[in-house]
Amino acid sequence: MLIIGEKLSIIAKRVREAMMKKDKGPIQDIAIFQWKSGAGMIDANIGPAEDNGEELMEWMITTIQEVVKLPVCLDTTNYKAIEAGLKVHNNEWGRPLINSTSNDPERFPMLELAAKYNSQIIGLTVGKGGLPADAEERAAIAAEIMARASEYGVPLEDLYLDPLVLQISTSQDHALKVIQAVKMFQELNDPPMKTVVGLSNISNGCPKELRPILNNHFLSLLAYEGLTAAIADPHEIAPTVKTIDVIMGRTLYAHSYLEM
Amino acid sequence: MAFIPPKETYPGRVYSVSIGTGQKEITVGGENVLSFHSFEGTVPNRPLIAHEIQDVPPTDWPESVQKPYIDVYANPVSWAKYCQDVLNAKAIALRLIGTHPDRENRSAEEAARTVKEVVDSIDIPLIILGSNHTEKDSSVLIAAAEASKDRNCIIGKAQEANYKTIAAAAVANNHKLIAMSELDINLSKQLNILITQMGFDKEKIIIDPMCSALGYGLEYTYSVMERIRLAGLAQNDPTMQQPIMGDVGMYVWKVKETIADEKDVPLWGNTEERGITWEAVTAISMLIAGAEILIMRHPKAIEAIEKMIDELM
Repeated sequence: MLIIGEKLSIIAKRVREAMMKKDKGPIQDIAIFQWKSGAGMIDANIGPAEDNGEELMEWMITTIQEVVKLPVCLDTTNYKAIEAGLKVHNNEWGRPLINSTSNDPERFPMLELAAKYNSQIIGLTVGKGGLPADAEERAAIAAEIMARASEYGVPLEDLYLDPLVLQISTSQDHALKVIQAVKMFQELNDPPMKTVVGLSNISNGCPKELRPILNNHFLSLLAYEGLTAAIADPHEIAPTVKTIDVIMGRTLYAHSYLEM
Repeated sequence: MAFIPPKETYPGRVYSVSIGTGQKEITVGGENVLSFHSFEGTVPNRPLIAHEIQDVPPTDWPESVQKPYIDVYANPVSWAKYCQDVLNAKAIALRLIGTHPDRENRSAEEAARTVKEVVDSIDIPLIILGSNHTEKDSSVLIAAAEASKDRNCIIGKAQEANYKTIAAAAVANNHKLIAMSELDINLSKQLNILITQMGFDKEKIIIDPMCSALGYGLEYTYSVMERIRLAGLAQNDPTMQQPIMGDVGMYVWKVKETIADEKDVPLWGNTEERGITWEAVTAISMLIAGAEILIMRHPKAIEAIEKMIDELM
């Protein structure tokens, strides 16, 4: 499974302050730690970044890729910031991922960028009309995003469908619907569509000690249904990811498998 | 439309490992496909067959495999030189069986002297094997590794019970290391992990998953070797991408089919011919399963396998 390290987010105080001061140290430390913990891509969440988005995304990507040989997931609603980031992204270490488009026409330009810069892109299965009610509605929106992607010239294998994970503390019934959606998404195409979740959203608002438990168990269930990628804390989920790989027969078991 | 045969390709590749020094240095491994599948990828190096010799006369070997060496086996140096100069051996495997406590119980110092004499008398690569007595091997192989320092030999076998000292000796004297486990793919991987966790370079390990003779569990060895190779190639598992060794001769030349006299079992045919065939069939099976290095005894069996390799490469 592809792990997209979530820790470089403007929501975290330490990261926000480093972004403001353009202090590379903390950003690079966090990027390296996520890489060492098993991340295959680093998410750079700069928020809406209305004022200085372009400059900030450029700075984030070059700062990350200076020390970590991984592609970056460009996480913002700011179209211009995404474009500026894609221009400086070093594709030598893998292709970037735009986070995200959706079935909201305001987000369609993101598909244009994906096609123009040969980037991969996340399709969040929400439309203008608010949150999807169940797995079927998520799949219906997914199909529309797929049609839109083809229209814009984005190959379907470059599209990661995101069923939108909701908080278990407020929307308990959606946890299972998300798992079902991951299964349904794959059936929308042959070869199966790729899928991604923002994992830790399941435990958002829960007590701190419960969050890793919820995240890890939810990940196991999603993995069983064939989830391709998760935006998550690589350190927190590393043992689960390795154990899933062993149980699913993707890695050969040895007593020290967790240390590898 | 013309038929295009499907090609199996893999993300992984077997490490290239070089042994010996100078012009006679040999590289094994390096392929990114199953054995001999050069039509699907690259197979840069041919498998290596090492001629087995011993530090003491091979009185435990059946007569038909003693015979080719009868004039030289009293002295390991003359035996090694005979293999190199007359039989055109590409490598020698010196088994220090005489150090085993139940045999001549030779000391580590005596073994080291033999190793030194042999390594100084040949220019082809040398594989140095203990007696498979885990405790004794620790001291014997340390001395043997020092005696052959910087000759880029393969030493072993390191097992779970003694890998630390033997791996340390291999590092200190610039040798490659055989990591041996007993017909268990998970323990084979585990041993490789433990050895690399000591700081030993994973690309200097040779895997010995334990051999067996035709009719005596060959299919178990075959299956373990094949699964190791698939883990390395298909799952791209860096702990399972080392070349594999098959210690063929010692397992073959003790089964009744290679020993029984024709007079006792006339239906089985000529004893020597039968033994040679038994060793050759076991050996080619190991090569097809994934082995890159074989240790063999009978010159005619080795000749037959070299010929088969020529045809398959």
